[in-house]
Amino acid sequence: MSTADIDSAHPLELNQPRFSVKKPEPRYDKQGDMPDAQRVETAMRYFVKDFGAVAATYMESCIHCGMCAEACHFYIATENPKYTPIWKLEPFKQAYKREAGPFAAIYRALNLKKKVTVEQLEEWQELLYDSCTLCGRCTLICPMGIDIAALVGLARHGMNQAGLVPHELWAVAERAEREGSPLGATPKVFKERCEWLADDNEVEIFVDKAQADVVAAMSSIEIMKYPGSIVATSKILNHLGLNWTFRSDGYEATNFGMLSGNSAWQREASMKLINATIAAGAKLLILPECGHAYGAMRWQGANIYGKPLPFRVLHISEFLAENTKSGALKTKPLSKTMTFHDPCQVSRRGGAIEAPREVIDGLGAELIEMQDTKGLNWCCGGGGGVVTIHRADHIRYQAFQIKMKQIDNTGAEMLVSSCSNCRQTFDDGQDHFHWDKTMLSLLDLVADNLEDK
Amino acid sequence: MDLLQFARGPALTWALAIFAFGMTWRLAGILLLKRRPDYSEPRNATSWPGALKLIISRSWPRREFIQRTAFGQALGYIFHIGLAIVVFGFAPHILFFRGLTGLDWPNLPNAIIYLSGAITLGALIVVLGRRLIHPVLRLLSNFDDYFSWFVTFAPVATGMLAVAHLGARYETLLAIHILSVALLLVWFPFGKLMHAALVFVSRGSTGALFERKGASI
Repeated sequence: MSTADIDSAHPLELNQPRFSVKKPEPRYDKQGDMPDAQRVETAMRYFVKDFGAVAATYMESCIHCGMCAEACHFYIATENPKYTPIWKLEPFKQAYKREAGPFAAIYRALNLKKKVTVEQLEEWQELLYDSCTLCGRCTLICPMGIDIAALVGLARHGMNQAGLVPHELWAVAERAEREGSPLGATPKVFKERCEWLADDNEVEIFVDKAQADVVAAMSSIEIMKYPGSIVATSKILNHLGLNWTFRSDGYEATNFGMLSGNSAWQREASMKLINATIAAGAKLLILPECGHAYGAMRWQGANIYGKPLPFRVLHISEFLAENTKSGALKTKPLSKTMTFHDPCQVSRRGGAIEAPREVIDGLGAELIEMQDTKGLNWCCGGGGGVVTIHRADHIRYQAFQIKMKQIDNTGAEMLVSSCSNCRQTFDDGQDHFHWDKTMLSLLDLVADNLEDK
Repeated sequence: MDLLQFARGPALTWALAIFAFGMTWRLAGILLLKRRPDYSEPRNATSWPGALKLIISRSWPRREFIQRTAFGQALGYIFHIGLAIVVFGFAPHILFFRGLTGLDWPNLPNAIIYLSGAITLGALIVVLGRRLIHPVLRLLSNFDDYFSWFVTFAPVATGMLAVAHLGARYETLLAIHILSVALLLVWFPFGKLMHAALVFVSRGSTGALFERKGASI
């Protein structure tokens, strides 16, 4: 796919806190020079490519009750009906009924559903990417139980193949494919960072051990923006006395192929991690504080591998919880009140809901839950790749105010989460609103409060 | 053959045939599609309790959503319960079902049927008004929504007119009522009314998949 227009039309700002394009004015992005008719045909083909009985059931089941809007932070914040979650799939519903549903022949013969146009898809780019974090809160309100977030994920497959992805998201995904990391954390950069972090912090950081029981992965956001996570992970694994390593042939846990909708890139990123863990002979892969990385590997990794993985996969919060409960991880008491922001992909959609709470309990902190919490938690607004898309900033900030209010209402002294993408979104929101709350990492808190041995 | 004979005979027979074929075709067209194996290590080994849980629990609004959804859900409950009372509690309807299936059950007093019918009609009118006014519903709505509303409203309205002997001869009103039911049956498999069956499939699928992951349902 041609990328000729990217650097000239939308120059990248690589040194800003967030990877961005200059002048992110409202626009629709296109990659490559595919004719419009081919874009539409490709989008629809790839949308239905991974369709099975479940997705078809969802497409047939919507009763147009509109309740999903009432669960979506983008609709609640703007009251704009176009942000109704199921409306984000409208062209794909139209195409499904016309091309693939049980009565497709009737719809086509009588032209009851019109062909989707490229103009529709361009318009829907904003709805499928800028205003959907794939947080899945709408799934919990739908009276038919439709997993709308899963359908948006499938629609993104179509949009990606048709070259209709927001520029920044496409660019980071393409960079991840080309360099192994979306934010420039190449294997060389990662190894160098590990070396200077080890020197600066006087901690042993193992990289590329030939054999290890545990392989740890990182997210590019942590490597480039929150490198303390590398140190924290190392401190904890050393504290536990484990035979562990990072692997320069598989360290990047983020999966922008998945977020942008490119199945091939998703597969390649996942296989790097899987192969590196197998090469080390490890029995455990620890995923970092990253929401979508958990969904990509914990729930989709084995299906990409084509059989059960020969190792366990744990989110770092699950790993910390296991070792807290077993008594292996000993921390100094932290006599503070804190509230916990559940990362959607780890908690609501990933099922690791209690793990961070067990870690907080182990830290001796008093947890003050937000009003809507755990599986019903409000998304920070930056997931699903939205935080990379600058033209979406205005609605993301509107949605973020729901989160700020939730947190302020708890009156807790500390704000903690276990997702670096959420953390980045909170940092950006804090800066934008001059908010007095700073998002902290649960991993860092544990590492900073380890009992001396 | 007069209108009533036509309604009771070929119209209803064909409507029932189209209903049965359409339902089978649509359900088969969905359920016979491939299901990919899931190789991920499940958090919960059995997933069917999740399917059952979601099928039941999603019928009630969650505390977190109730403030924003109470009105719409209350309306939904009112007309669904009203329809159930009228369809399954009215003595002539039970006779019809007995002829069709051999099953029999006691009927409800006519006063309850008439009251339920009136409340159902009122609720359906509010449902339509809300669909026309509410920005989200107006945006989402298409022919299916309005036609499904019409084929639901018409049998209740014509049934009420028939029992009240209002507007025409009883035989004519009854024939129109039966024809409106035939229209409902013909449309049922093709539009959103199919949710009466799909609700179990859709909720059950999500419930089972999410239970496997331990995700929130």
